[in-house]
Amino acid sequence: MSGKWRMLTLIGAPYLWLLLFFLAPFVIVLKIALSDTAISIPPYTPQFDLSGGWPAISDFFSNLDFENFKWLIDDSLYINSYISSLTIAFFSTLLALLVGFPFAYAMARAPDNWRPLLLMLVILPFWTSFLIRVYSWIGILKTEGLLNQLLMWLGIIDQPLIIMNTNTAVYIGIVYSYLPFMILPIYSTLEKMDESLLEAAIDLGCNRISAFWLVTVPLALPGIIAGCFLVFIPAVGEFVIPDLLGGTQTLMIGKTLWKEFFSNRDWPVASAVAIVLLLLLVVPILIFQRLLERQQEAEAR
Amino acid sequence: MVATSDKTPAKGTIGSGNRKPGESTSQAWLKEDSVPIVEFRDVTKRFGDFTAVDNVSLKVYPGEFFALLGPSGCGKSTLLRMLAGFETPTSGTILLDGKDIASTPPNLRPVNMMFQSYALFPHLTVAQNIAFGLKRAGMQKGAVEERTREMLRLVKMEQFSGRKPHQMSGGQRQRVALARSLARNPKLLLLDEPLGALDAKLRESTQFELVNIQEKLGTTFIIVTHDQEEAMTVATRIGVMNHGVLAQVDTPADIYENPKSRFVADFIGDVNLIAAKVGGARKVDGEDCIHFTVDGYKQDFVARSAEPLAKGTEAYLAIRPEKITISKSKDTQAANQIEGTVDDIAYVGNLSTYHVRLANGSVIKAQEANRRRISNRQITWEDKVWLSWTAGGGLLLAN
Repeated sequence: MSGKWRMLTLIGAPYLWLLLFFLAPFVIVLKIALSDTAISIPPYTPQFDLSGGWPAISDFFSNLDFENFKWLIDDSLYINSYISSLTIAFFSTLLALLVGFPFAYAMARAPDNWRPLLLMLVILPFWTSFLIRVYSWIGILKTEGLLNQLLMWLGIIDQPLIIMNTNTAVYIGIVYSYLPFMILPIYSTLEKMDESLLEAAIDLGCNRISAFWLVTVPLALPGIIAGCFLVFIPAVGEFVIPDLLGGTQTLMIGKTLWKEFFSNRDWPVASAVAIVLLLLLVVPILIFQRLLERQQEAEAR
Repeated sequence: MVATSDKTPAKGTIGSGNRKPGESTSQAWLKEDSVPIVEFRDVTKRFGDFTAVDNVSLKVYPGEFFALLGPSGCGKSTLLRMLAGFETPTSGTILLDGKDIASTPPNLRPVNMMFQSYALFPHLTVAQNIAFGLKRAGMQKGAVEERTREMLRLVKMEQFSGRKPHQMSGGQRQRVALARSLARNPKLLLLDEPLGALDAKLRESTQFELVNIQEKLGTTFIIVTHDQEEAMTVATRIGVMNHGVLAQVDTPADIYENPKSRFVADFIGDVNLIAAKVGGARKVDGEDCIHFTVDGYKQDFVARSAEPLAKGTEAYLAIRPEKITISKSKDTQAANQIEGTVDDIAYVGNLSTYHVRLANGSVIKAQEANRRRISNRQITWEDKVWLSWTAGGGLLLAN
């Protein structure tokens, strides 16, 4: 095999993967989103049928329309779900940053021989199923749960707090579940940071606090951005956490999509919801990649 | 803005690798009434069981370019970092301008440091890096810009002001780091192995530039280095450190010509150390010398000594290879001569070093400039040769 072919194979393999497992499913979902619901298997019409020849294909295309997307705008449920999802994801990301940064900072400043252990502890939760970890929060947060028992035993409260089945529980669940994704990229930028930079800042007149804001934070920025995207993007589409910990009033687009798909068996609307969600996320992903590229360019020199 | 020294700095006085004594610092260390800018008093620093700096006392005078020289791990960097405020002494006091600086945090000391890694802020441009310390000092925007331009001019980096550190070469980064550390016009500039990351040629030219800048500004510089040539080139005085102790503080010439211990003699440059048995005092050409014997030879030798040595004492003759003349015939004029066999010849282009085996088995290195082409060389392997040197060429060091 010549070098040119080997290179093409190497470059082609990931593209082939993306084509098969990302683009093809996307086209199928898009097609369903443009269809109408029907009582059949699968539950939508028209269906693509090559055996009918050219007239059948042209008939197929003429039956596709954007009615489902219009429906998403007409019914306020969807817009509210999107807004609520984005809001919850935004504040969860902010909370995860506020909790995660000190974690990452402490890890990066820890003695060298401690770091592998600390890193292990951050990754350790992944060894248990995500579902089980979210379930176990029910045991902690419910009215007669561990948290309320502890707080009442300590005498801090005398009435149990209602946390379970509220947005608060959803925030706790999301921040807890996605915290490692915030900690790890920030840690990796902070760990690379040359400590003499802080000494230089102090030497040039900074106190500890201004050195932190003027040197540490700007240098950790690529990690902060990466962490925020890694938390924000999955949080927007999160379904399990609002379903298990949230109440009936907790609107999240993942939950709405699930209901549309399984309870209403309205595959076309569910697909339209998914397509819009994807577009909402593609924009931040593209920004993220752009930033990542710029950082890599800077590091490559 | 720049505090220039009132003494006129001498230009081009360092061509020989040494400054003309007295021109930039007036040899303040020789005068009784000189007021030091920095004084270490019995300073000790321990890290756990390890003593990095062991009871060091040292005075550095205004306008000096002082070099702390020593092998890695000798405590020279710790000494510097205590001055900057990044380490606190375990015991002892450090005075800056006569005031104890123990309670002054590093950001409030009128001292700046140039870091070994340069520690330039990677997210800021060259100009922003230089302006960083000025803004912290609360300087007005216009003044900051003015001073930044001035510093860029000083290190000849005006056209790079918009570059980020990663867009520059090591030598350029080094200049920016120097400009940044000088921007706040410190009373004292500390340089931690500032040229360590540069290649040999660039290092040499930068050394001279560093000296020129120092003389122009008149700021006191303290440099830490493990490179003895660098210390000899830039410094007015050198403090040689070993195992946390200041072994000797002297001018470059005195460090080289009059080392006070075997460590200093051996660490600075190349030296032959020959075991000697002290005979007694003798005057040679009006100079006080000591005569001694060398195992395996009947004749007497004569050399200077840093201190009086009693008859019969075991000592070492320290003599630099370039101070020994090698020839095939005996030179009856020379104060010292010894016969040996050429064991090895190391040819490095401009110089040849002859390794001559003595009758007692020890080897002496003698260095000759290759004024003639190598094919015309008179001396070759296994030749019987005579080594000779003057009475003042060697120095006896007590054990």
